[in-house]
Amino acid sequence: MSDPILSLTKLDAHYGDFQALYGIDMDIHTGEVVAIIGANGAGKSTLMRSISGLIRNTPDQVHLNGEAIGTLRADQVAYRGVALVPEGRQLFPSLSVEENLLLGGKVGRPGPWSLDAVYDLFPVLKERRSQASTSLSGGQQQMVAIGRALMANPEVILFDEISLGLAPVIIKTIYDALPGIIGGGMTALVVEQDISKALEVSSRVFCLQEGRVSLSGKTDHVTRDQITVAYFGVAA
Amino acid sequence: MIEWTGVILQGVLLGGLYALFAAGLSLIFGVMRLVNIAHGDLIILAAYLGLSTTMMFGVHPFAAALLVLPVMAGIGYVLQRGILNQTLGPDILPPLLVTFGLSVIIQNALLEGYSADPQKLSAGAIETASVSVGSLTVGLLPLLTFGVAVAVIASLQWMFYSTALGRGFRAVSDNQDIAQLMGLNKAHVFGLAMALALAVTGIAGILLGIRTSFDPSIGGGRLIFGFEAVIIGGLGNLWGTLAGGVILGVAQTIGAKIDPGWQVLAGHIAFLVVLAVRPNGLFPRVQH
Amino acid sequence: MSTPTVYRATRASRIAMIVAAFALIVLAAAPWWAGRADLRLMGEIFLYLSLACLWNLMAGYAGLVSVGQQAFVGFGGYMLFALTIFGGLHPITAILLAGLLAAVLSVPIASLIFRLKGAYFAIGTWVMAEVFRLTFAQISALGGGSGTSLPVGIVRSLASSRSGREALSYWLALGSAVLVIAAVYLFLRSRRGLALTAIRDSEVAASGLGIDIWRTKLEVYVVTSAFTAIIGGLIFLQKLRISPDAAFSVNDWTAFVIFIVVIGGIGTLEGPIIGTLLFFLLRETLADFGTIYLMVLGAVAIVVMLKAPKGVWGLIRDRYDLELFPLSYRIKLNDPKDI
Ligand SMILES: Nc1ncnc2c1ncn2[C@@H]1O[C@H](COP(=O)(O)OP(=O)(O)OP(=O)(O)O)[C@@H](O)[C@H]1O
Ligand SMILES: [Mg+2]
Repeated sequence: MSDPILSLTKLDAHYGDFQALYGIDMDIHTGEVVAIIGANGAGKSTLMRSISGLIRNTPDQVHLNGEAIGTLRADQVAYRGVALVPEGRQLFPSLSVEENLLLGGKVGRPGPWSLDAVYDLFPVLKERRSQASTSLSGGQQQMVAIGRALMANPEVILFDEISLGLAPVIIKTIYDALPGIIGGGMTALVVEQDISKALEVSSRVFCLQEGRVSLSGKTDHVTRDQITVAYFGVAA
Repeated sequence: MIEWTGVILQGVLLGGLYALFAAGLSLIFGVMRLVNIAHGDLIILAAYLGLSTTMMFGVHPFAAALLVLPVMAGIGYVLQRGILNQTLGPDILPPLLVTFGLSVIIQNALLEGYSADPQKLSAGAIETASVSVGSLTVGLLPLLTFGVAVAVIASLQWMFYSTALGRGFRAVSDNQDIAQLMGLNKAHVFGLAMALALAVTGIAGILLGIRTSFDPSIGGGRLIFGFEAVIIGGLGNLWGTLAGGVILGVAQTIGAKIDPGWQVLAGHIAFLVVLAVRPNGLFPRVQH
Repeated sequence: MSTPTVYRATRASRIAMIVAAFALIVLAAAPWWAGRADLRLMGEIFLYLSLACLWNLMAGYAGLVSVGQQAFVGFGGYMLFALTIFGGLHPITAILLAGLLAAVLSVPIASLIFRLKGAYFAIGTWVMAEVFRLTFAQISALGGGSGTSLPVGIVRSLASSRSGREALSYWLALGSAVLVIAAVYLFLRSRRGLALTAIRDSEVAASGLGIDIWRTKLEVYVVTSAFTAIIGGLIFLQKLRISPDAAFSVNDWTAFVIFIVVIGGIGTLEGPIIGTLLFFLLRETLADFGTIYLMVLGAVAIVVMLKAPKGVWGLIRDRYDLELFPLSYRIKLNDPKDI
């Protein structure tokens, strides 16, 4: 197998005295879609924050394309091709829809994604382009958050609970769009509460439990029972 | 009647200068929630830099501005990245006390370098030139100052809402972490905001120095005028800040007309009245 | 089975109390052993110490960062002059009354400037001080902008001899410092003080606990204003001359006080004491350098704020786990080996 595009080595993370991640090891290869599942508070968002540079690590804990990026700031990591669709969307309220998207393109990496490409993917955003981002519905806001991350033309895109709080139809729209997004050779980490959705889109899965990897493997090889144990820590 | 119209017109024009004092204060508060106690002393520093430049090169103060503005911007950037960025956070004490310390340092450095003697920038004929509007005559310099203030605020407004730089300012102001994820280095963005604010301060300092005499001790008073303009106008609204400056200026000239000792006091009273009646200022930022 | 006990006093704090009591006796006797200049300097030190403790209570505990306390220093000073000259009161009565008037006045002031948040509150207090300065400069009976002196007759009413007056002035300064420190200490130990600490630690949580934040802050503001005015009266009783610029000087009554508290350790009771000592040590050695001295002071305060935000006392406390004023609760597990 080729070298991994993203690799985590004994990754720890702390909030003050509290340790949220314990020695996470992960190798992700180009074009893979990897699901990260786990109960509330398992450390999924923390993992996303660590990879994207919002939480600093030691240099060798995170490698991107062979480069140690563990101590880089989030903006530096962004320029190297990692984009995060954060939990809870987190749009900029002072910016219009289009401005949110344009800001996502700030890193100026070359690639297929542009304002037009995002509008093609989510036509409703084009109609609302000059509206304040906070005036959109939850699902539309999620589309902006995804579009904003795509505008960076990242090599690795991280999705943190993109279906949280959305109606089933909207979730379906967004997940239907996902293959088109990832198909372009992008590598994706998908954090998802909805386990069957997660397994549907991914080829590999990691389950976190209290900051540790409790299960990992090819999606078609892990069984429901294994997941239940890994998820809750006890057999159901 | 015509006499009072003249007084009010003078006040309006004076308000332009106060809006220039306030614009930088308003900008940095908007971007990083920092209140810079040394702001007034930085205005005076700019006036002194203008003085040195005019003396060294024998140029007009307006020409000196070409040097003073970039120097002030540079000072702003270095100050922000070197010191002020370290003070930002949920606790309000560090920025307040650090800028307070800076204020004392700047004031005493100016005292050391230029002595306590009042100085003035001489701008030649423009200082006394005036234009007639009907039966009123207004000074060309106050008129020019007001025009500059309007132009500065219009440009800041345009920069804030229509350029990539302004987009970055607003994004960082909204959510620093997420802005960082978009490739914005907040330390750099804050540095740019302070650079811009101090460039405006540079303009204010030069115009102040031409208008009146100055000495190292008057910075605190200029900070207060700028602050009053910001609060009267409503936080986070640049045009409101201009309106706030104008209200303050008019209050002061009316006060001075009644009794010269009342000029500054009348301005403070206008501020307190606004604070009592409309605590959020007259034109608070509209939420969109 | 070991039962944990909760206690406040430590060995260090008990020793500190004994040393302090002893020091107080020695200090009270200073008019008999110190020279005139030293007595004056010590009086000034105690007045600054009082101002520092009061500012620390506001900024370090109540989160009210004021840069306008000179308003009340000057007000107290002017009231001393006005009430003795026009009201015929004894200077000490006048000073106490000045404190009361300041308390009354501070309520409407607070109702205005409490509308400003955080740093804007700070500048609002400064505006208030300017209003005071400009207003008193308008009162021609008190000398207008150039100020006035305390008439000889009033000065004599304190004590007939000069040394008697100097001793009295010194004792008043010492007494006020002791009183202020004791009052702040007891206040912080009281229920109200606990509420204050809760507010400082988290406003949201404190209001959740049913603490009326606005009211608690108002009380602190009113009480510090009153005490600050009293100290202001004592300061100008020592100086015997007052002018608007001296009475409402932001440098003398706020900048120095802030530097004292920041360098000593904000939000601690010991901080202002250490800060005052360091400040006067620095002043007595560097005062000849004038402006340079002030720049050094500003720079030291900035470095302390950035590198050691709990000040010199914070460094000492963290290093040795000391607490001279037992404020925090300590928990001790009564292990058998301890008994
Ligand atoms: N800012 C923070 N400060 C302190 N602790 C935090 C912080 N953010 C998260 N934690 C703690 O870290 C642990 C992991 O949190 P994280 O947000 O990564 O969980 P998660 O798996 O994303 O949960 P969820 O499914 O609810 O989003 C939790 O115990 C949480 O309480
Ligand atoms: Mg999460």
